[in-house]
Amino acid sequence: MKSLEELRAIRTKMQGKVGVRAENENQIRVVVGMATCGIASGARPVLTAISDAVQEQNLSEKISVTQTGCIGLCQYEPIVEVMEPGKEKVTYVKMTPEKALEVLRLHLLGGQVVTKYTLSAAQNNKA
Amino acid sequence: MMPEISLNILDVAENSVRAEASLVEIIVSVQPEKDTLTVVIKDDGCGMTPEQVSQVQDPFFTTRTTRKVGLGVPFFKQAAESTEGSFRIDSEKGKGTTVKAVFTLSHIDRMPLGDISSTVHTLIVFNEHIDFRYTYEYGDKSFTLDTREMREMLGEEISFSEPEVSAFLKEYLETNKAETDEGADI
Repeated sequence: MKSLEELRAIRTKMQGKVGVRAENENQIRVVVGMATCGIASGARPVLTAISDAVQEQNLSEKISVTQTGCIGLCQYEPIVEVMEPGKEKVTYVKMTPEKALEVLRLHLLGGQVVTKYTLSAAQNNKA
Repeated sequence: MMPEISLNILDVAENSVRAEASLVEIIVSVQPEKDTLTVVIKDDGCGMTPEQVSQVQDPFFTTRTTRKVGLGVPFFKQAAESTEGSFRIDSEKGKGTTVKAVFTLSHIDRMPLGDISSTVHTLIVFNEHIDFRYTYEYGDKSFTLDTREMREMLGEEISFSEPEVSAFLKEYLETNKAETDEGADI
């Protein structure tokens, strides 16, 4: 069995390196819907994919990833909302881990909204 | 319906989070000799009145205002009962809630347990202000992860979402699960 003792080593190694991670005004907020509807349609792997990528690429100063409940668009889950300071909220629908990583690369890092995955694109296609 | 039991656990444990629990205990016990898979989710959150307990088992009841149905608990209940298992909620206002679901392990309608290690990992990392105690049993073997013990070793300042901590946690959950059930297909 693996023991928790390894955490002590991580603690020693990280001493002094941990900065304050307070949320700041310039941070991009990424919110994943994790109510019954989200979870049932696959939100957990989406959340994991985004948060792993943010951690791995050392982006947590710039991007905060959190979860939320149901926003009332259950048929479009998994939903990922992107809130950038000073910009309109973008709602991405029917996300998969792959699409979410594309959003991370093109939108969160590249600044270009991935229009084909947005709620308005999905609603226009239906109309 | 949820595709796997672990996602029901994630969903129902999120209710404990919303009930402002400070400690959530999750037990997953697989007993091949008794042919059962038991899930217990116990919290010290705000609890419910007997009336609320019966309401949450009704799919057409929810306290949410964003939609008119509340399927989390009914999904879990139906998943257990459709395997000739059982489901119960014990709750006391102000004290907390315990949800217990027993599945018949070999029943054809039992959904797979799924990726329970990822579920527990997600719960812990995204709800750092809450303590979790997770126990996984297979036959007479078991292991437990208590975030209060983690906190003690790690100190107060380092977040569970730090890449090294998060990766360690995932590996801890997966390795110890595999050693407990010897990789059984559940």
